[in-house]
Amino acid sequence: MSELLDPGVAERVLSHALANGGRFAEVFAERRRGQSLAIDERRIESVQSGAEEGAGVRVVEGNTSYFAHVDGLDPADLERAADEAAAALKGARAEPRPLQARASTPLPIERRPEEVPAERKAALLRELDERARAKGAEVAQFVASYAEARREVALANSDGLFSGDDRTRVRIGAQAVARRDEAVETGAETLGGHRGFELLEDDPGQIAEQAAAKALTLLDAVPAPSGSMPVVVGGGFGGVLFHEMTGHGLEADHIEKNASVYTGKLGERVAEPLLNAYDDGRLPGEWGSDAIDDEGQPTQKTQVIEDGRLTSYLYDRLTAERAGVASTGNGRRESFRHLPIPRMTNTYIAPGDATPEGMIAEVEQGFYAVSFGGGQVDPATGDFVFGVSEGYLIEGGKVTRPCRGATLIGNCLDALAAIDAVGGDFFMKSGICGKGGQKAPVGTGQGHVRLRALTVGGTAR
Amino acid sequence: MSELSAAARRAVEAATVAGAGEAEAYVSRDSGREVRVHGGEVESLTAATQSGVGVRAWIGHRVGYAYGTDFSDAGVRAIAAQAAEAAAVADEDEFAAPPQPAFFEALPGLSDPSIGEWEAGRVAELALTVERTALEADERLVGVEAAVYADSDERIAIASSTGVAGEYEASSCYAYLQALAEGGGARETGLGFGLARGPRGLDPVAIGREGAERALQMIGAEKPESRSCPVVFDETVAASFAGLIGGGLGAKAVQRGRSPFAGRIGEEVASSAFALHDDGRDPDGPASAPFDAEGVPRRRTALIEDGRLRSYLFDTYSANREGTQSTGSAARAGYRSLPSVATSNLVIAPGALSFEQLLAEAGEGVYVNDVAGLHSGVNPVTGVFSVGASGRMIRGGALAEPVREFTVAGELVAMLGAVSAAGVTPRWVPFGGSVSTPPLLIAEMAISGS
Repeated sequence: MSELLDPGVAERVLSHALANGGRFAEVFAERRRGQSLAIDERRIESVQSGAEEGAGVRVVEGNTSYFAHVDGLDPADLERAADEAAAALKGARAEPRPLQARASTPLPIERRPEEVPAERKAALLRELDERARAKGAEVAQFVASYAEARREVALANSDGLFSGDDRTRVRIGAQAVARRDEAVETGAETLGGHRGFELLEDDPGQIAEQAAAKALTLLDAVPAPSGSMPVVVGGGFGGVLFHEMTGHGLEADHIEKNASVYTGKLGERVAEPLLNAYDDGRLPGEWGSDAIDDEGQPTQKTQVIEDGRLTSYLYDRLTAERAGVASTGNGRRESFRHLPIPRMTNTYIAPGDATPEGMIAEVEQGFYAVSFGGGQVDPATGDFVFGVSEGYLIEGGKVTRPCRGATLIGNCLDALAAIDAVGGDFFMKSGICGKGGQKAPVGTGQGHVRLRALTVGGTAR
Repeated sequence: MSELSAAARRAVEAATVAGAGEAEAYVSRDSGREVRVHGGEVESLTAATQSGVGVRAWIGHRVGYAYGTDFSDAGVRAIAAQAAEAAAVADEDEFAAPPQPAFFEALPGLSDPSIGEWEAGRVAELALTVERTALEADERLVGVEAAVYADSDERIAIASSTGVAGEYEASSCYAYLQALAEGGGARETGLGFGLARGPRGLDPVAIGREGAERALQMIGAEKPESRSCPVVFDETVAASFAGLIGGGLGAKAVQRGRSPFAGRIGEEVASSAFALHDDGRDPDGPASAPFDAEGVPRRRTALIEDGRLRSYLFDTYSANREGTQSTGSAARAGYRSLPSVATSNLVIAPGALSFEQLLAEAGEGVYVNDVAGLHSGVNPVTGVFSVGASGRMIRGGALAEPVREFTVAGELVAMLGAVSAAGVTPRWVPFGGSVSTPPLLIAEMAISGS
């Protein structure tokens, strides 16, 4: 990290940043590089790589953050950013504290992806293509992508903190289109981690087969039903339900602006006692993990719901300061070109003791949402929607026909309180979360979960 | 030659030296600001300039891409070499070839000097006015989650080994707020927004009022009963759907069999009340430019007329594959991205009915002024969709009680066939890309509530 940001330079930059006053200043330096490629129509295409470096400087005075960012990491670039950030302030010079390095240990990477030849990555995509098409002649189209990214970051602030991290992520995605006469269906699957190429050493071709199998299954789908009914949600990416309907509402920026339905609910019962949930930025190898957040705070495991009671919000530095608590290590930013804001890392519902078969058997008429294409929530009203990518009818305690075109819709507090069973079949999946114009890698997870009632919006008449 | 065009030229030469048969460089430099205000105070003020270069290299019919922010000679050489290396990994594609140079007319008026003239304090005051207007609108208006002003002044240069060369500057700015209203024990949000080429083109009072009105009208909203009925889309919702339709009209999706519009040129795909074109030179269009992301002149392309599908949108690659001409529809998400076919400014033709007349025509139905979950609730390959929605009931041909937490479902082409009227007044909306649309009346849609 000292290679990215020299401590002597950092002290000078902070001194520039506080030239016109300010109660806090920070310099965040970053070098990012990545490579990606895709296969489509059986051809390797969209092969690209890139590298960027630059820094962002912020100065905080009162409740205002002044922020400037520059391309390049030369000392002159950094000082220019500091001068720009300071330009709007009019106070008397403040002095930063001397820097003290705080050690952080980046997550271990066994096989650096940039050292793996691009041809090997292309071969992997060809294997995915073969595996998907081998599932049947009805697999009409197959697209897969590979992406690796490395972010080396270093930061220093006027409290004397000097720290850094080195983050490598690898992710592959597969999408199949199946066709039978007039019927066309799609299926998608992904695999990602804060890991190197070792992520792909254990049969990554599975995701291609899973994507193809989803699309093929849906060829027999009937239009999804409409109305309120019991809903069983699948494990892994099913956790996006909790991410949207609870996680976002716990981010402290929404809370302090009174723009979350969870405002003022700390310590209250918000769910059945069987529910325990966490945000954990330290899960080894997980997509949403980092050693430190983008403000230098070590990531941590934060219990947000304990036996059905709301126990914590998710804070970055400034929201924690205003609330009079410690940061939970959730200050994240997309790049040096963005201000940090409270974000989730890996958010999950802890495993319970129910089984998927058991919770389905108890449903007379309902819906089984195995996986979602994504979701969206308005934390202020609590209204959410989820597009179901793989769903089935439950009839007489059994999973029967696949359904197309289903959306789940509801309100956070009602839906959270409606969770009446949590399965032990826990696993995590990777996702990309958007908030305030910034993208962040996040993990979601859970075992199967059942909601007593939720509105399914389908196309069946 | 400007500094940007010179950098593009250097990158093209470096790529040919590194082994590319043909090469193209795209250089952008963007100065931008963002002000966020909350509770009468500036919450954050961001000022920044960023620039980068993206190089596309062809070796025979293989294509590769690389980008970076280092404009030094060594930096540009490294980027160019990576692009050539990337091309060597790609498979042959007989249609992959660089665009040929073509004459493009200059397009004046894309840049508004008021961006440079308004200093930070003045644009902060604009954002504060947006917030204050909303808060003063009504006592049930309890807060504003965020009021934001942002602008950008961007200069783009492109050069290629085939002789493409061009440069232009365009500015844009926007302001929006998310207003919070309270009533009946529930909280409602309302979006107000405006966009222009410079801050002098924004009306902060109108933006603040729109957010306040949208939030206030939702107080007391309940879930409607499931039904099949006429639906009126406001401009923001119509624009979101237009964006999905525009995606399906891109030749890449069509040629790869991933569009509900594939193989339907000349067929009836909409009612005669619905006409759509793309115009990359519309003087009022936020996405207007003299040339597209690979240096091909922008133009107007009729997409749906008299209910029939007239054309798809083509970039150079998809046009080569079809044996036709590019419609100037290559787009990129900045220097980091390869060009790919996409809409520029999508324009839905206005009709003859005022908003009141549209409601009267609907009679008994639902007015939808917000949709959620489009990225997960729509299957772009099949056009089947089910999205979350909120709005007002239409009773006796007029707006009635607010409704929320329901879904609107259907299929895109069937929905276009059911458009029975378009409003007379269009609006530019930054959703679904850059879209100009009036409100639309759809004769029948499936609403799923309680």
